[in-house]
Amino acid sequence: MNKRSFLTAMLAAISLTALSAELRAAPVEIQWWHAMTGANNDVIVKLAEDFNAAQADYKVVPTYKGSYADTMNAGIAAFRAGQAPHILQVFEVGTATMMGAKGAIMPVYQLMADAGEKFDVKDYVGGIAGYYSTADGKLISMPFNSSTAIMWYNKDAFKKAGLDPEKPPRTWPETFDYAKKLKAAGWDKCGFSTAWYSWLNVEQLSAWHNVSLSTKANGLDGFDTEAKFNGPLHVRHLQNLIDLQKDKTFDYSGRTNTGEGRFTSGECPIFMTSSAFYGNVKANAKFEFGTGEMPYYPDVEGAPQNSIIGGASLWVLGGKTAPEYKGVAKFFTFLSDTDRQAGLHQVSGYLPITNAAYKKTKDSGFYEKNPGRETPLLQLTKKPPTANSRGLRLGSMVQIRDIVGEEAEAALVGQKTAQAAMDAAVERTNVLLRQFERALAK
Amino acid sequence: MEKRAIFSNRFLPLALIAPQILITLVFFYWPAIQAVWQSFLIEDAFGLSTEFVWFENYQLLFTKAHYFRTFTTTMLFSFLVAFLSLTISLLLAVQADKSIKGAGVYRTLLIWPYAVAPAVAGVLWIFMLNPSLGMIAKAMRSAGIDWNPLLNGGDAMTLVVIASVWKQISYNFLFFLAGLQAIPKSVIEAAAIDGAGSARRFWTIIFPLLSPTTFFLVVVNIVYAFFDTLGVIDSMTQGGPAKATETLVYRVFADGRLGSDLGGSAAQSVILMFIVVGLTAIQFKYIERKVEY
Repeated sequence: MNKRSFLTAMLAAISLTALSAELRAAPVEIQWWHAMTGANNDVIVKLAEDFNAAQADYKVVPTYKGSYADTMNAGIAAFRAGQAPHILQVFEVGTATMMGAKGAIMPVYQLMADAGEKFDVKDYVGGIAGYYSTADGKLISMPFNSSTAIMWYNKDAFKKAGLDPEKPPRTWPETFDYAKKLKAAGWDKCGFSTAWYSWLNVEQLSAWHNVSLSTKANGLDGFDTEAKFNGPLHVRHLQNLIDLQKDKTFDYSGRTNTGEGRFTSGECPIFMTSSAFYGNVKANAKFEFGTGEMPYYPDVEGAPQNSIIGGASLWVLGGKTAPEYKGVAKFFTFLSDTDRQAGLHQVSGYLPITNAAYKKTKDSGFYEKNPGRETPLLQLTKKPPTANSRGLRLGSMVQIRDIVGEEAEAALVGQKTAQAAMDAAVERTNVLLRQFERALAK
Repeated sequence: MEKRAIFSNRFLPLALIAPQILITLVFFYWPAIQAVWQSFLIEDAFGLSTEFVWFENYQLLFTKAHYFRTFTTTMLFSFLVAFLSLTISLLLAVQADKSIKGAGVYRTLLIWPYAVAPAVAGVLWIFMLNPSLGMIAKAMRSAGIDWNPLLNGGDAMTLVVIASVWKQISYNFLFFLAGLQAIPKSVIEAAAIDGAGSARRFWTIIFPLLSPTTFFLVVVNIVYAFFDTLGVIDSMTQGGPAKATETLVYRVFADGRLGSDLGGSAAQSVILMFIVVGLTAIQFKYIERKVEY
């Protein structure tokens, strides 16, 4: 070895040592893949920055991965390639798929226990935590952005139609009646409508009336669940919509929320959709608006029960090291902090995930100053949840929603009767449920 | 004329075609074999449990009545898209081939839409034809037409066909124009001197001489309608209402990407692959005979 190459080797060795020293001191990185855009993306970036600034051991790195479906697929693909992120934001309909992947996920209750973080599932709002818990009440994924379905109405339109703008309709018959009056007053293209057809008119409808959507507590108690949503209530509701579609007292707005613009533009004076619609309405509606609870059929015993949530939760993926999991646990404790949750709820329109944050917001007089903002929480906590209203957990839920939408579309244009459409939807759903169960069986 | 080239070295020709073969292997055969393999498996999304099931995924497909409907929808959709985009672009190319003022500007403008991504094309047309927001839709509604692609299957089909055709016209136009310019002017002029009118000149001289281009475009357009229209359909109708615009490729996408049913999705893509291979083979066997090179 000549002098020069010896020197080079020495230099390389020194710089390597320096580098590894630096690596030791560097904080543990925690990858967080999410699907939030616009103002909600800013919230995510701010949360990560605040957490990183508050301590030096861990560094949360948020990455936007596209739509909810894109993010979930990216997470799954990364897991299969051995490159999974630590935290993956998954929409509520992906819950069954994630929960079925036993070896791929780290349950939150276990994560918190292993890391020695203080954690009690009872601190979290029951209607939210229940959706992401096992049958025996263990929290599997961390609730993040939760919302529920409520009624949005146009107060200016109510005034013009001679309706009391402070009294939204409470029941479905009242809603139909109001819509007819609004139609007569000039809203002739759409008296009322809903976004997320399946979520509103089948899933929420079932929970709100304490009627089973599928067996085994809507799938929460086992993947061997069977769809049941072709009962008298579901058929009657679809039949009403079919009848009202004819003269546009009700006008169909699609399977997702792309029709929400019909409310903010003033076209539909009554519109049922997510409570997270708040920011959009506030920014874009050029009229006075109000919120009400979802309507119910008064002759159904037990109605109204309680509504269920939508939105997304944070899943911790498997195969990571103990220090990394400790960081994730610390981050979840940070997220659940009362002040932080209360603040997030008040600015974003999403629901607070802990009871303490809800109480704090209430005690601060926020709901008196912002009427209507408590509606989703009142709805969610109306009665203690039953097996029919804790939530739902069906595999292939994205496709099931499409099936429900397709069958309803066929019925709304008169290709099928309400009963035939709901029967077909249930039959097709059960095929998917059995396929899903089968894929997990091995 | 002898078209064969003679190589003195045995390895040179192999080396020359090697890149081409390598690309075909990596980008066609490898994924195709994977798709066939996947179609024999039932697997959960994470790949944690895998079961080899032979043809069960295929059987399951054909027990679903609506899968056949997706077939007929695909045929109708592909025919409409290929036929309309070819005729419209041929018409435009014939007009652009004439010596008119501002022909350069006209040609450039016609080529632009080709640079637009399918999903963007879908969104553009949604803005114009959305029943609540769209300018064209509003005009139609005030003219008394009940335009509702959310519930009316025919309206939805019209919507996706318009967007898909619009997207493909530029590409066809480009090839047709090049084809037209390659036709010797002397032949056409001779016909004109003999007293053939413009329609007659088109059908007896231009159209037959253009047949290699037309044939190529027919193949390309059918493949386009079968595969590349996925983005348009996804952004405009998601296959709805009530499956009225659900094509085979959209079903593959929805089951695999949205539904995490990889086996079922792979089985469908294998079927789709055979259909397109079959169609292309038929075209080469029967239609190509009529082509005059």
